Amino acid sequence: MTDETVTEPLGPVTTLATPIRLDFEFTPGVAQSRFLRGLEQGKFMGQRCPKCGKVYVPSRGSCPTDGVPTTEDVELANVGTVTTYCVVNVPFAGQSIEIPYICAQVLLDGANLSFMGLIQEIPTDEIRMGMRVEAVWVEREELKPSLASVRYFRPSGEPDADYETFKEYL
Amino acid sequence: MAERCAVVGVGQTHHKAKREDVSIAGLVREAAKMALADADLTWTDIDAVVIGKAPDMFEGNMMPELYLAPALGAVGKPMFRVHTAGSVGGSTALVAAHLISSGIHRRVLTVAYEKQSDSDAMWALSVPQPFAAPLLAGAGGYFAPHIRAYMRRSGAPEYIGRMVAVKDRLNALRNPYAHLHLADIDMKMVEDSMMLWDPLRYLEACPSSDGAAAMVLSSEDAVSGHYPPAWVHGTAMRSEPTMFAGRDQVNPRAGRDCSADVYGQAGITNPREQIDVAEVYVPFSWYEPMWLENLGFCDLGDGWKLTEAGATAFDGDIPWNTSGGVLSSNPIGASGMLRFLEVAMQVRGQAGEHQIDGAKVALGQAYGGGSQFFSMWVVGSEKP
Amino acid sequence: MSAGGGRTVRPVAVASFAQSQNVRRDDEHNEVEMLMPVVAEVFGNIGITKDDVDFICSGSTDYLIGGPFSFVTALDAVGVWPPRAESHVEMDGAWALYEAWVLLQEGEIDAALVYAFGRSSPGNLNEILSLQLDPYYLAPLWPDPVSLAALQARALIDAGKGSEADFAAIASRSRRDAMSNPKAQVAKDIPPATLLEEDYVVAPLRRHALPPITDGAAAIVLAAGDKAGLWSKSPVWITGLDHRMETHSLGARDLTSSPSTTRAAEVAGVADGPVDVAEIHAPFAHQEIIVKQALGLDDTVTVNPSGGPLAANPLMSAGLIRIGEAAASISSGRAKRAVAHATSGPCLQQNLVCVLEGE
Repeated sequence: MTDETVTEPLGPVTTLATPIRLDFEFTPGVAQSRFLRGLEQGKFMGQRCPKCGKVYVPSRGSCPTDGVPTTEDVELANVGTVTTYCVVNVPFAGQSIEIPYICAQVLLDGANLSFMGLIQEIPTDEIRMGMRVEAVWVEREELKPSLASVRYFRPSGEPDADYETFKEYL
Repeated sequence: MAERCAVVGVGQTHHKAKREDVSIAGLVREAAKMALADADLTWTDIDAVVIGKAPDMFEGNMMPELYLAPALGAVGKPMFRVHTAGSVGGSTALVAAHLISSGIHRRVLTVAYEKQSDSDAMWALSVPQPFAAPLLAGAGGYFAPHIRAYMRRSGAPEYIGRMVAVKDRLNALRNPYAHLHLADIDMKMVEDSMMLWDPLRYLEACPSSDGAAAMVLSSEDAVSGHYPPAWVHGTAMRSEPTMFAGRDQVNPRAGRDCSADVYGQAGITNPREQIDVAEVYVPFSWYEPMWLENLGFCDLGDGWKLTEAGATAFDGDIPWNTSGGVLSSNPIGASGMLRFLEVAMQVRGQAGEHQIDGAKVALGQAYGGGSQFFSMWVVGSEKP
Repeated sequence: MSAGGGRTVRPVAVASFAQSQNVRRDDEHNEVEMLMPVVAEVFGNIGITKDDVDFICSGSTDYLIGGPFSFVTALDAVGVWPPRAESHVEMDGAWALYEAWVLLQEGEIDAALVYAFGRSSPGNLNEILSLQLDPYYLAPLWPDPVSLAALQARALIDAGKGSEADFAAIASRSRRDAMSNPKAQVAKDIPPATLLEEDYVVAPLRRHALPPITDGAAAIVLAAGDKAGLWSKSPVWITGLDHRMETHSLGARDLTSSPSTTRAAEVAGVADGPVDVAEIHAPFAHQEIIVKQALGLDDTVTVNPSGGPLAANPLMSAGLIRIGEAAASISSGRAKRAVAHATSGPCLQQNLVCVLEGE
């Protein structure tokens, strides 16, 4: 080895890995706690806006359009309608479901807002807008105050809902 | 009484998947120096700096304006940081414009950026939240169901999305700064690309880019630069809640109200007739026909017909995204500002290969969140 | 008007102010539930609704709750329907107020809602705030904000500009004054001599010189034109507002002074008249000395009668609260002219100064 090789420039540093780990404790709040306690009992609890009368599930504590607390609890059905959906075929960090899978907007009977749910027990090419689905829960003793209590939704076997009945929720 | 505001300098980086040759400071400086040079100004001529970017978690720097202040010549000056989700690049430019039109400053540098390769934006968007199902798989997973709703509502044939994907990538071949330069792009190539979020294929989605955009805005008495100024004829912002009963996510009212506001200021009553060129935030192909309707370029349900007829193509009567748009370059925080910047370049006549001849009035639009935050401006070659 | 100015051309009034109870940890309410009563109160104070404001601007940061877009769901506390002109800054709410003030200067709109919220309890603030530093050379070392503030305090002592006894006196006074502020988190009467018996957290800073960790939210309604007079019998006017940035590297700064505060104070016109009350956003006790000097205030000025950030330091709203408290000191008749200050970044890197006057 000569001195020349020692003084040879090493080239730019282009990457510097600096891992960041932060832990947080979430606070669900009053309204979401009621929703989560419902899940623990195997049911969907929504809340009604005292001003416009719309039922939100899960409620974050306020009516998003009126800005007032949603105080009245409303128990919702275990069945609902797929308003729209997509089939996820892209892997990402933290993903726990085997791809491809159906990610759908489900409008529970009695609610005025759909929420995102996983659809299983049906080939991905048979899902359609308007399909009626029901929630499949974990075993009674495994119920927790968490969305993990709902394993997924599956076709309920009822006839599809008419487009007119859910088009305003798209 | 509001003062007139003009764009007198523009700058942008070469957008790439990874800009490993520069730090974050180097990235924003590259765009800012180019904007200053275009405006024929130096750092000391600038009164204030307004910076914007998407969530801090994308790079892992909290309030990065603190670290970036010296790189942007902001020491001793007011420096302001905006964050309005995906529309941020647009709303950052609007805050800068208001600093001029309010008469508070004469020359403002505005910058927006994202260095997506410094972190994993897909991860940052899908951080496990204890009260939500881990289903989302990034922005595509959120928007794909709404695209399906549009297809159902409008009866649009499924190839429309592919047409937009091809058109914008062809335009990108005219733009040396664009991230994607797909010389062989055609309908078949899009169709053969992987289905990511059915109905969205890989080539119908935006790339993930590192990049920055910058503009120098000026009051009328301080106009400078190598090209004529682009005059701001109107600015508007609108927001609506993410989720509520009866929300129209395909054709959000916030977008319609925002365009009505900005058109009113700019004296536009027939956008298709009066707007020469538009840069509109289209991160997924189908958002072109959706925003054509939302922005009032046609009647409800007819957006896809304009795309199909080639009206939005480079040689169409309303060229959209001649720069290649978000589908060709997506440094998230900067993507909105690039729309605003590109239309300023058009009315200044400095867009080079993707210049639309004689462009006099142009619309820049950005949106963000769950199609709920909108920012827009109309610029023109004539004084308002 | 002249460039670079922060003097008001169009008078803008602080028409209403509200803040939440400041607490160490609110584990009962989510962000929306924390903010909703504050928004209701700031409107209710003057008998208006969301329909009476033309613009909304908020200040918050995602990193406090560890998820992107925390400001998005917070909008549900207002109910932005029909759609509103609305904006957000990833800064303290004092800067959100600045953005609203700029729009009001143009004369196109007459009223704005400004709000800010911050929950400091979910994560480890010392770790989180170290991510504000240069990501290549500083953040990987995880320097915590208390240690950085201690460097500054040491420099202040070495320069002969302050002593540990001064820090204790400031902390003692702040928390004693907080006893008359029902929203304060830490309110008690402990003499400086007793405080000086505490152990160091990071020398030369003892626990009393550190701010509390606080969850809280605040809101202000700004009004101009006819609305200012309509909503308040004796409006409190913003007569000057400006903010300035310093360089990032602590080694390149004189940590014992605050030239950015001095410059902002010049532009805002602090010296144009006597100052009765100053609400200073100095999270660490020694920083009050630096800011007070930079603002050019003498000992006749009453500093932080609310107790200031040593009595409650809700991140992202603590600066906005200074403006609200300064306005309140004028409304209550305690002051005729007041100064409010807000800060951001390590060791007072960025500073905002607001001058307020009664009729």
